[in-house]
Amino acid sequence: MRFVDEYRDPAVARALSAEIHALVADTGTVRIMEVCGGHTHAIYRHGLEDLLPPEIELVHGPGCPVCVIPMGRVDDAIAIAETGGVTLATFGDMMRVPGGRGSLLEAKARGADVRMVYSPLDALALARREPDRHVCFFAIGFETTAPATAITLRRAREEGAANFSVFCNHVLIEPPLRAILETPGLRVDAFVGPGHVSSVIGSDRYSFIPEEYGRPVVVSAFEPVDLLQAIAMLVRQRAEGRCEVENQYTRVVRPDGNPRALEAIAETMEERDDFEWRGVGVLPRSALRVREPFARWDAERLFTIPGARIEDPKACRCGEVLTGQIKPWECGVFGTACTPEQPLGTCMVSSEGACAAYFSYGRARRRREEAPVGA
Amino acid sequence: MPDRGRRRAAIRDELVTLSHGAGGKATRDLVEALFVHELGNDALAPLGDSAVLAGIEGRLALTTDAYVVRPLSFPGGDIGELAVNGTVNDLAVVGARPLWLTAGFVLEEGFPISELRGLVGTMAAAARAAGVAVAAGDTKVVERGRADGLYVTTAGVGVLDHGLALTPAAVQPGDRVLLSGTLADHGMAVMLARGELALESEIESDTAPVHELAASLVRLGDELRWMRDPTRGGLATALNELVAASGLTVRIDEAALPVRPAVAAACEILGIDPLYVANEGKLIAVVAPGAEERALAALRTHATGSESVAIGTVEAVGADDEPFVLLDTALGGARIVDLMVGDPLPRIC
Repeated sequence: MRFVDEYRDPAVARALSAEIHALVADTGTVRIMEVCGGHTHAIYRHGLEDLLPPEIELVHGPGCPVCVIPMGRVDDAIAIAETGGVTLATFGDMMRVPGGRGSLLEAKARGADVRMVYSPLDALALARREPDRHVCFFAIGFETTAPATAITLRRAREEGAANFSVFCNHVLIEPPLRAILETPGLRVDAFVGPGHVSSVIGSDRYSFIPEEYGRPVVVSAFEPVDLLQAIAMLVRQRAEGRCEVENQYTRVVRPDGNPRALEAIAETMEERDDFEWRGVGVLPRSALRVREPFARWDAERLFTIPGARIEDPKACRCGEVLTGQIKPWECGVFGTACTPEQPLGTCMVSSEGACAAYFSYGRARRRREEAPVGA
Repeated sequence: MPDRGRRRAAIRDELVTLSHGAGGKATRDLVEALFVHELGNDALAPLGDSAVLAGIEGRLALTTDAYVVRPLSFPGGDIGELAVNGTVNDLAVVGARPLWLTAGFVLEEGFPISELRGLVGTMAAAARAAGVAVAAGDTKVVERGRADGLYVTTAGVGVLDHGLALTPAAVQPGDRVLLSGTLADHGMAVMLARGELALESEIESDTAPVHELAASLVRLGDELRWMRDPTRGGLATALNELVAASGLTVRIDEAALPVRPAVAAACEILGIDPLYVANEGKLIAVVAPGAEERALAALRTHATGSESVAIGTVEAVGADDEPFVLLDTALGGARIVDLMVGDPLPRIC
């Protein structure tokens, strides 16, 4: 497969692994958070931790867009889906996420019309095909997916779509990063910056991390060779006493991002005063809502939305996992009360979540890590 | 078929109606002019309440499977072919020689008769290719909107001509895991055939009978330990079932797994792991280490097994460890291949 195989080349991976092994001799332990759930998934899928020296500790961050949606918002989506004549369209991985009243998949089984789509434009097309129903798109995701929602809102306006709306849950990457960086006892020395988000917002937007918090960032693509190179770049910064934003994903990410995508977001959406993040809490100015000129297509204005807040379960320690203070398996409910089939906390919800990735792919490795020395 | 003076059955309707399922003249016409006409054989022809099968000696294998695939036809096959091959393969992988099938049809009112004839025709062709006969059948019609065109259930009977017990208990550490060809063709062909993904490709379903592949491995005797056809849930699910039932670890090599480039690309774009995607004409076999080369050579003599490869090894599990399916990644790492958590994938078989 062209444009993929070259980034999965075992020989290149081995060379980067050797480079990292050599660099950590100078730096000692480096705790690196990969912010993005796509990175977490790739690290586990390709078994990358086996190529890293023990001095490199990976902390899996909050960048899984499905995981961060609070349970109350899932209930809101279910309430919309259960409104007569309404079809709720959403991405497949959102279907299984539990709210306080079960998941969308369960709501569908009870009779709600919930359908899986691959893009918001597909949802708008569905509305066009079924003029007797109202199609509401359950929009989730960081700045990565917001432009597609923005373009769909523009098109809905152009078409004068009368039976389409967006339930907007788009979130922003900077607020949770700041929340993590300000956590007392934070155990993260460096960051692998998200790739897809950065293609929209640009790599320059992370300059606050080295400048205000003294930690380096390398924006990375998603293939294993990319991630190894990004880790090597971070360790090299440390070895050379540098602390800055670097861009490994130069084939896509520009310093100033994608101006047209940013323009589309700015035209159709604005920051909310605050938004609740599952496992993290309420963060000010951390999410987007539909702007007034697009009110006709804003589900929050069209429907009566319960808007109830549902506390994360007490036993869940996702917050500490997300800030690197504990490993997934150190949480008391990991793998027992909290599994990918019955997730309690955000990190177990999607395969991009730290705990779910660890549960599904990494359990065998833990045995080696925990084995007594010499065993 | 002896003609006992009745008028010759014929279907004049273009669409299936409720009267075709009512048990009267229309039902008889449909059964005789379509099902018996296409599937006809000595056991089915008398149309008794049961087919009476004579002369089967030995242990019998019995299986049943329901088919609800959408769309009904897809590149490389259709529901009729699938309903035969799927059941033939379930018989074949327990070491049985498939003999007889039954077929139950649930038809939705309004289903085109010509399309039904086409699907029953491919079913008949698949049965001939697999050396089985459809000995009994049933048809029901439900109101429009109560079914998705057509559902088929087949049951199958086969006979074991040998004394082998091909169970997970026969699998031993050191045994080799073989796969008869490429992964994920069927599942991806059906997913793309739905036309919902705005992806175009030439991926074809691999639906095929594996009874000849299985029979050639049975000749290895007790060096053949266990077989399975990795259908719904794919290779990952089949190997997890082996691990759960045997208490042994299975370690597979990512670099050895055959996936066609177009299938790999479609999986990549959709974020789907080909390990979990259905196959409908493949065989997994576990054989004694000394029999690996002979087994592969035997599989490769058949067109459907020409791309057979060894993909992994069975390993013992330490006293304080638990068994897993482990994957050595192409990059030199390792990970667990776990059971899939019920993702809402479309109906594919």
